[in-house]
Amino acid sequence: MTATAIQTTERRIVEVRNLVKHFPVDGSDDVVQAVDDVSFDIIGGETLGLVGESGCGKSTVGRCLLRLIEPTSGEVLFEGKNIVGRPNKQMQALRREMQIIFQDPYASLNPRLSIRSIVSEPLKIHRIGGKSEQNDRVADLLQKVGLDPKYADRYPHEFSGGQRQRIGIARALALNPKLVICDEPVSALDVSVQAQVVNLLQELQDEFGLTYLFISHGLAVVEHISDRVAVMYLGKIVEICKAEELYEHPLHPYTKALLSAIPIPDPTKKRDRIVLTGDVPTPINPPSGCRFRTRCPIAIDECAAIDPELREIKPGHFAACIRVDGYDSSQKVETTQ
Amino acid sequence: MSHLLEVSNLKTHFQTRAGLVRSVDNVRFNIEEGELLGLVGESGCGKSITALSIMRLISPPGKIVDGSIRFKGEELTTASEERMREIRGDDIAMIFQDPMTSLNPVYTVGEQIAEALRLHKKLDRKRAWAGAIEAMKEVSIPSPERRASNYPHQLSGGMRQRVMIAMALACDPEMLIADEPTTALDVTIQAQILELLNELRVSRKLAILLITHDLGVVAEVADRVCVMYTGKIVEESGVDEIFANPKHPYTQGLLRSVPKLTEIGSAKAERLKTIEGTVPSPTNLPFGCHFAPRCEYRLDMCTEGLIRLIDLPNGVKVRCVLHDEKKKFKIGRERTLADLATEAI
Repeated sequence: MTATAIQTTERRIVEVRNLVKHFPVDGSDDVVQAVDDVSFDIIGGETLGLVGESGCGKSTVGRCLLRLIEPTSGEVLFEGKNIVGRPNKQMQALRREMQIIFQDPYASLNPRLSIRSIVSEPLKIHRIGGKSEQNDRVADLLQKVGLDPKYADRYPHEFSGGQRQRIGIARALALNPKLVICDEPVSALDVSVQAQVVNLLQELQDEFGLTYLFISHGLAVVEHISDRVAVMYLGKIVEICKAEELYEHPLHPYTKALLSAIPIPDPTKKRDRIVLTGDVPTPINPPSGCRFRTRCPIAIDECAAIDPELREIKPGHFAACIRVDGYDSSQKVETTQ
Repeated sequence: MSHLLEVSNLKTHFQTRAGLVRSVDNVRFNIEEGELLGLVGESGCGKSITALSIMRLISPPGKIVDGSIRFKGEELTTASEERMREIRGDDIAMIFQDPMTSLNPVYTVGEQIAEALRLHKKLDRKRAWAGAIEAMKEVSIPSPERRASNYPHQLSGGMRQRVMIAMALACDPEMLIADEPTTALDVTIQAQILELLNELRVSRKLAILLITHDLGVVAEVADRVCVMYTGKIVEESGVDEIFANPKHPYTQGLLRSVPKLTEIGSAKAERLKTIEGTVPSPTNLPFGCHFAPRCEYRLDMCTEGLIRLIDLPNGVKVRCVLHDEKKKFKIGRERTLADLATEAI
């Protein structure tokens, strides 16, 4: 049902163009190429999943979208307005529309503030309503995220991890944002609690028409919650398409390996696992050409020379790999071996 | 026939300011030679404390208050500290979740592995160093001669975990306790480490107690599974059986709340099934079945008395009155067992 809603009202809420973020390395001229020439769109009302392993740049992308980190170059358009280089005053007004939920529900809540202060802080900053209106809003928000409003005067340490994550969600929703960046929101939670929070995020999305960028290394959670998924490797997007398509017909060899590496909670399903050799190279000095080629099972000499662009291989299915051209990739790979 | 490791009625309690915490309460299980037993549960269920109890690494206010741990027939709960030092490493080795904090940052990894060999095998420095390189080779660390001279910070997370495994296995133990060995690692690296553990199990007939919260990991590598909740084992079963036919409502709930890959139909529209509520506070556990307040099949009798671990055919054990033959009649009075069985599935 959500899928049809997207098609009829399809509009881009975020457009990321050639986003680059390089971090200087102390005491040398090297740079960490955390994000390198990344472009994608987020469509209003959808959940775009962003997956990848640690250090691939997925959180940096999320933070660049809010300009919590200043991009090195490139453009981030939020509803058509470029936020890169925008003066801070104007940026603050735009931030009402875009919020973030963090991974660690322990570190992201100030232990010395009551829940009421935490959730109402965005309202105070943006001077919305008087004290009693703010209190009503806090009660309303806590109810929405499944917490009893009578707990508003308690402190974070009195809550469990799952409950704290609900508080973080309430805070993110306080300003009625359009876009919420969810940066590993369930990774620190136990499985049974994880499911509760994922469901809550979906319910809130339906109710408020939220758009999510859902950043996670948990591919199963991402598949469950996302409409489309982008896969990152070493600062680049290597594949992006609809969630079902990605999981059923992955094209990029990295996506294939990643999917085959996930342990499935069903012992009867023994799969042919592609175990990648070696580790992710350092983003200070990434390999030439395709960054995945050093671990790629199907790499050829050209891969070292050509930096593969994200190409539309099937309608709506983009992959950055010169070994993938059209149709069924798995057959193709075998025949060319 | 005796088991390699026999844990029976183990109780490890912590006296805290908030009250007595029964972290491990009446836990019993066995591990056979070459077997991989998965111990699963959510944070705070007592799975790591069980492992530390086996190694006798519980420090005050924690204490093993009752029960027995037998390794090849030898009682560990009463063994001298000196004897335990021999057993740790020689017979039972342990690896932890975070390889960065378990390695000493100011020594090279080769020195750290060699130290274990010098202490346990009484090798001289030169031989110990050669042994360290050999051990690193066995866990497939590329160019081990060079890597041995690296400090932990020069290695990646996956390489560090390999070093930990090399160190654990350097003295040829018969059993390895792996406490969340892949939790801190990325999936592609996790796959490498699981593969390695599996290989070692076969090549060395190594018994492994794998502690994890990840049901996927368990399904991939375990032979048998124990599920823990609030310090007690609530279900023990073969790996195929427990995933195909989980008996305890907690196990059922846990399996349902995991998002699964490539489910047929629209995953988007469906919500995940959850377990209502949260784990009770360890100092204030409910009477009777600890899971009862969250259980959808709760009966009055669940909160009336202690719930036994019931032995079912094929080595399956479950701590739930619904499977208690002796209470069948009583359950029948509340609801018919047949109804429950169909509902449960």
